[in-house]
Amino acid sequence: MDDNMVRIYIMGKEYRVPSNLTILTAMEYAGYQVKRGAGCREGFCGACATVYRLEDDYKLRADLACQTKVEDGMFLAQLPFVPAQRARYDIDQLSPTVGVFQRLYPETFKCVSCNTCTKACPQDINVMDYVQAIIREDIERAADISFDCIMCGLCAMRCPAEIVQYNVAILVRRLYGKYLAPRSLHTEKRIEELNKGMWKKEVEELMSLSEEELKKRYKKREKEA
Amino acid sequence: MDLKGGYTNEMWQSIEKVEATRKSRVEKLHPAMSLEEGDALLKKYHPDYKEGNTRELRVGSSKGTSVVQEVVDLLEAYPRIDPDKIDLTKTDLETDILVIGGGGAGASAAIIAAESGASVTIVTKLRLGDANTMMAQGGIQAADKENDSPAIHYLDVIGGGHFRNIPELVKALVMDAPGVIGWLEDLGVMFDKEKDGTMITLHGGGTSRKRMHSARDYTGGEIMKCLRDEVQNHPDSINILEFSPAVELLLDEDGKVSGAILFNLETEEYLVARATSVIFSTGGFGRLHIQGFPTTNHYGATADGLIMGYRAGVKLVFMDTVQYHPTGAAYPEQIVGQLVTEKIRGAGAEPVNVIGEQFVYPLEPRDIEAASLIRECATGKGVETPTGMKGVWLDTPLIEMKAGKGAIEKGFPAMFRQNMRFGINITETPILVYPTLHYQNGGLEISDDCSTTVPGLYVAGEVSGGVHGRNRLMGNSLLGVLVFGQRAGRAATEYIKGVTPGKLSLKHVKKYVKELREIDIAEDKVAPMVLPDYTRKETKEKQLTTQYLGTLR
Ligand SMILES: Cc1cc2nc3c(=O)[nH]c(=O)nc-3n(C[C@H](O)[C@H](O)[C@H](O)COP(=O)(O)OP(=O)(O)OC[C@H]3O[C@@H](n4cnc5c(N)ncnc54)[C@H](O)[C@@H]3O)c2cc1C
Ligand code: SF4
Ligand code: SF4
Ligand code: FES
Repeated sequence: MDDNMVRIYIMGKEYRVPSNLTILTAMEYAGYQVKRGAGCREGFCGACATVYRLEDDYKLRADLACQTKVEDGMFLAQLPFVPAQRARYDIDQLSPTVGVFQRLYPETFKCVSCNTCTKACPQDINVMDYVQAIIREDIERAADISFDCIMCGLCAMRCPAEIVQYNVAILVRRLYGKYLAPRSLHTEKRIEELNKGMWKKEVEELMSLSEEELKKRYKKREKEA
Repeated sequence: MDLKGGYTNEMWQSIEKVEATRKSRVEKLHPAMSLEEGDALLKKYHPDYKEGNTRELRVGSSKGTSVVQEVVDLLEAYPRIDPDKIDLTKTDLETDILVIGGGGAGASAAIIAAESGASVTIVTKLRLGDANTMMAQGGIQAADKENDSPAIHYLDVIGGGHFRNIPELVKALVMDAPGVIGWLEDLGVMFDKEKDGTMITLHGGGTSRKRMHSARDYTGGEIMKCLRDEVQNHPDSINILEFSPAVELLLDEDGKVSGAILFNLETEEYLVARATSVIFSTGGFGRLHIQGFPTTNHYGATADGLIMGYRAGVKLVFMDTVQYHPTGAAYPEQIVGQLVTEKIRGAGAEPVNVIGEQFVYPLEPRDIEAASLIRECATGKGVETPTGMKGVWLDTPLIEMKAGKGAIEKGFPAMFRQNMRFGINITETPILVYPTLHYQNGGLEISDDCSTTVPGLYVAGEVSGGVHGRNRLMGNSLLGVLVFGQRAGRAATEYIKGVTPGKLSLKHVKKYVKELREIDIAEDKVAPMVLPDYTRKETKEKQLTTQYLGTLR
């Protein structure tokens, strides 16, 4: 076999593909037109969750199809949709407390600390840690650890306690951002000024200038160091 | 292939030269260009100025203007459906406001409209949030600090856009900006802040004040996830329909909006959606791979809204100019074209050539920065990759020399992680970059309330044109999608009061088809594209089914 080709098994069917492809581009090379299972194609959206196993290895692995290189002997299937539970809430009516989670996501508290979620996470997030932080009501820490979560669903699919970690995590981050993070006072102040009608005149004055005059002003701008 | 720290031996020879000059570059930046020098460089090296980049459009309301070739190919193509075949007397779905596109603009429009009491349906091609908005890393601009003002922001925007921007749209952008940031804080977006709540802000290319707000290097992702969560929290007023792209706008006999035709990607059925008002928020066109460039854009960025809106008579503006992001990944091959955020230059990384020399101020406006990189590579000062692609180094280790150890992992977790997957540690070695197709500068023509020449049609976000003139600055697009998404949501809610669309009609499409036939456009071309086609020629040659048989394609 050509050095640069590898064998992969897409849902059990064998294909030969160049070894420098990602799982996503390898599927396209093999002739699949992806409808579900691809979004950003850059590791930001979580649409391309994929589970795979390597030949002669019992271990089930999980990763993002758009960020993972194919390997010889890869048996893979995409997980284009996760039928996960999601609570509905009015964020304005909540408080950043553990009680919110007890009410909206009671299963969170059944975590058995098996760490399976952390092993499954393609973002290398310590998923178990953020679940545990929520249980301890450490909202700030949970928000911080879960920040890079792209909501791919792989953790939830493996969790024996059937926790939907990523939906819990978006709630924890929103609660932190809204209620615990310090408010930006300079933003508030500028909004108040604008509401009072300030700055309009300055902008409208610029709008009335000729292109030549605008260019002069543009060149004269002072740049903050 | 033997790799050390992710790179080949040949590449290491150049990296060593970069390392040798690094110390001397910590304190000293390459000087910025004057407007005149910038103009001259653009004419010589920017892809917009390349012969054959555009051609004259021969049909529709902007007939005679110059438009990028790949877009003309789609504008001069037939509808996916035969307008005579679809039964418009039966509707599959009814709603007050139909939002088409589930990125930042669409989600904000839907939230604002729903909060004002309208019934909203948001339809999207992939999943809600599978969008360019989710991928924005660097940040969002707003003049909300003491030393800054909306007027200074205005000047930066309009200078960056080469003084061609539509002034009313720029005014809306800069005046609404602080309010948008406050709104996002209210929704729970975790901005980067000091302990006292002061926003940590950086420069972006072409800014005169540090007004780039961020959420690590997942700014758009953080915003999009909060917006999506909020949309999903309104099940009584917002109906979400995924994998159902719109393929045609519907008007009534008087030319008012009356809905859209949707395509169920799975069952391949076309559905009729009736709506009093339609908001286009379908995003950009990166997946058209203008001039063969790789792109940073998401899978569904195929200019669909542009095509549908144009067929309905909305004019195009600035469709002869395209934004190439100066720094797309040029290596390793798996991530070629993917974005290396500008924020990384804001934080201290700089481009250097094959022999470790500085050649450009790291934060020029994007078109100028991109043209400088292209110049280096075209004049033999680029680095060649094993696949023959050229690029220049982006010297990332400088960041920690300037800001201290740990600054990269803390500020750029996405970038760090992505490179580590390929064995490249960006705290120790530079990365190889080359310009990549990034943003649709132009688009459908709108007023400052997002209305168009078609009553009831509102357009917001990357699909619209004019806000950024001929070149957009970093951080103003995320801002624009939120400002104009909100405005579209508000204006559409006002519009629907007291309006009832009449009989659904595709008359405008039939008229457009007639125009196409009059200039003998071949019948085998259809648009909108919906998804790019990455099937290999070899596969296609074997897909020989002559006719559809049942549902087996
Ligand atoms: C990698 C990357 C990084 C970026 N970084 C920054 C940054 O740091 N700062 C900044 O200001 N800007 C940045 N930008 C630009 C900015 O993110 C986008 O311009 C902006 O988010 C576009 O928002 P939108 O809502 O208009 O479109 P999108 O967010 O792209 O949303 C469009 C939506 O419409 C859907 N759609 C398309 N066609 C149809 C159809 N026919 N029917 C139904 N749905 C359809 C799409 O699938 C998608 O869901 C970046 C862009 C990219 C790609
Ligand atoms: S935490 Fe779960 S959903 Fe989030 S990225 Fe990791 S595996 Fe995916
Ligand atoms: S997989 Fe589930 S039970 Fe196991 S540690 Fe993670 S959250 Fe807890
Ligand atoms: S396609 Fe978005 S993460 Fe892979």
